Amino acid sequence: MAEPAPDLTRPARPSRLTDPKFRALVFQILATLTVVAFLVYIVHNTLTNMEQRGISTGFGFLDRTAGFAILQSLIPYSETSTYGRTFVVGLLNTILVSALGVVCATLIGFVVGVLRLSSNWLIKKLATAYIETFRNIPLLLQIFFWYFAIGFNLPGPRQSIAIGETVFLNNRGLYVPAPVFGEGFGWTLAAIAVAIVAVIVLAHWARRRFELTGQSFHTVYVSLAILLGLPLLVFVATGAPLSWDMPALQGFNFRGGLTVIPELFALTLALSIYTAAFIAETVRSGIQSVSHGQTEAASALGLRPSWTLRLVIIPQAMRVIIPPLTSQYLNLTKNSSLAPAIGYPDLVAVFAGTTLNQTGQAVEIIAITMAVYLTLSLVISLFMNWYNKRMALKER
Amino acid sequence: MAEFVPHPELPPPASSVGVIGWLRRNLFAGWLNSLLTVAALYLVVTALPPLLNWAFFSADFVGESRDACDSGGACWVFVNARFSTFMYGFYPAAQAWRVDLIFGTLLLLMSPLFFKGFRYKLQLGGFILFVYPWIAFGLMHGGLLGLPVVETAKWGGLSLTLLLAAVGCIAALPLGVLLALGRRSTNMPVVQTMCVVFIEFWRGVPLITVLFMSSVMLPLFLPEGVSFDKLLRALIGITLFQSAYMAEVVRGGLQAIPKGQYEAADALGLGYWRKMGLIVLPQALKIVIPGIVNTFIALFKDTTLVIIVGLLEILGMVQNALNDPNWLGFSTEGYVFTAFVFWIFCFSMSRYSQWLERKLHTGHKR
Repeated sequence: MAEPAPDLTRPARPSRLTDPKFRALVFQILATLTVVAFLVYIVHNTLTNMEQRGISTGFGFLDRTAGFAILQSLIPYSETSTYGRTFVVGLLNTILVSALGVVCATLIGFVVGVLRLSSNWLIKKLATAYIETFRNIPLLLQIFFWYFAIGFNLPGPRQSIAIGETVFLNNRGLYVPAPVFGEGFGWTLAAIAVAIVAVIVLAHWARRRFELTGQSFHTVYVSLAILLGLPLLVFVATGAPLSWDMPALQGFNFRGGLTVIPELFALTLALSIYTAAFIAETVRSGIQSVSHGQTEAASALGLRPSWTLRLVIIPQAMRVIIPPLTSQYLNLTKNSSLAPAIGYPDLVAVFAGTTLNQTGQAVEIIAITMAVYLTLSLVISLFMNWYNKRMALKER
Repeated sequence: MAEFVPHPELPPPASSVGVIGWLRRNLFAGWLNSLLTVAALYLVVTALPPLLNWAFFSADFVGESRDACDSGGACWVFVNARFSTFMYGFYPAAQAWRVDLIFGTLLLLMSPLFFKGFRYKLQLGGFILFVYPWIAFGLMHGGLLGLPVVETAKWGGLSLTLLLAAVGCIAALPLGVLLALGRRSTNMPVVQTMCVVFIEFWRGVPLITVLFMSSVMLPLFLPEGVSFDKLLRALIGITLFQSAYMAEVVRGGLQAIPKGQYEAADALGLGYWRKMGLIVLPQALKIVIPGIVNTFIALFKDTTLVIIVGLLEILGMVQNALNDPNWLGFSTEGYVFTAFVFWIFCFSMSRYSQWLERKLHTGHKR
């Protein structure tokens, strides 16, 4: 009996086991099952553990009275406030220190980054020394240094370091004059808003005219004049409704003015100096990424050096700088969570610290805290992505 | 007719060569530059001498107690007296040789890796990464071969810093590779999404909340009766955190491998794991070594945060020593010393990574 001859006109059907699509499907189902089983196991354990230890669950604790004071608060807060309010106070303090840090770090970082490329040997070496020193020392150590080693050893209020009798620095904090807005200051604010709108309109008009006729317009100077002049005019016309509340020594301490608590001062300083070292490196590599040929081509076209910088080098360098700059901002925001180490009342200190200790609801509190940082990260990266897209190379 | 006599060659003007020329070019080119130079020079001259004076010339180095510090400068006696706790934490002094042995052996083992001619780099590297940690743990913890047990609660100082960073990095490497591969697997959207969520979650939260989580939430996740000690909990947190960063570094390497390599592996009939293990990963990991060193530096600096969950690495030990009533008020000395230790480690590692980057820059970049 002869075997039936195999049908050679049709390809052999491959086994299902070697079909990549089938394999991928099986693998994904397996992975999903494993992860779900793992999560169920953890949730089950957590629930049993919490039941046994008598830990209550849910977010009801947010309405209970906190009963502890907070060193610095941007909104009215007292010991009778709720845990929910504590959360908001901590969050605002985190945002405050991050925003201050981002501004200062950007300023220092750009200056140092440009100085690092200076043709001046001494300046270049100093900038390099700054970067290499502060980049290679842990941030927490720097925070401790500014707070414990420098802050604690500042003179007392009576011997404060004074800058022109208006700003005072001592071991209780930094005292600066506080603005007191009189009646009618709203007009000045309105004038500022009008000036901003006017400048935007002007910039649009100037750009259109430039594209149509090629005639340039001194947008920067005119904008500056409008931005400064209009509010100033209104301010003077309404009778200068602004006075300053000066800090003054009364007894053993300063009264009046704005007080920057030493914790905030040390934290901002450390965050700015540390992050600035990284930003400086970013700026340097960004500027170096623009090839020298670009500068030469710009000169050949007859652009002035200042125009070369503004129209040729900076726009191209910014494209390289922005993505790593974003991650530095994110790092700074996340690093602001080191605050509890010196007692600055940020989100981690008052919420994941004190509130957690008082209520014991670890799961909810840690989850909220992590969610906040994830949201902050997401917001910053969304904004910077939008900005990056605007600056990105527009190809045909 | 007068014959043309060439003018003898003149030396270059004195103002453009030699020291003066260098000064003119690099320090005094233009009035703005000169102004900057003078300002910088003023800064250096006013700041440097008092600093050097404080740190060296009027500092005290030897002594027993704070009474030895009377010269007005830095009191390095404090660091001297506490040096062993800064290095070993509360590890018993009689057993400190074990720590020395572990790190000494590690240095010896690692040294051949830096020589070009050494042939068994891969085997040695594998041994250091996957076998040596267990030996080191056995030696550090004791309980074997008649060595007395030293509880992990007694570990501390610089040895704990190095241990946390090394273990965090080594344990995170395999996890990071898997995550990176998962993130790149476009034919499995579910796996890809899970990897992206995992990576972005850990990258989006600060290490401090991760440490909080591992110290307060991890005990709740475990079944009844199972508990980890403090060090292990911190290590788990650090490893998960670090694996996300490692995954991003490895992903960069995977993306840098030309598509032809993947396709060639497919054409040879290699399956997924052999394609990755034999063709793609060896090339990808080679180019990401500098990136791995950089994340290691970041982790090394971040280990200082474990102070928050009560582990005393070197900064924690310094902080602890500063609370000693016999040594109050020497915080500057303590911090400067710690900063110096960290700086030495981080600076040399970053230089090494830069050197590697130049060496490995062999045309893989697209």
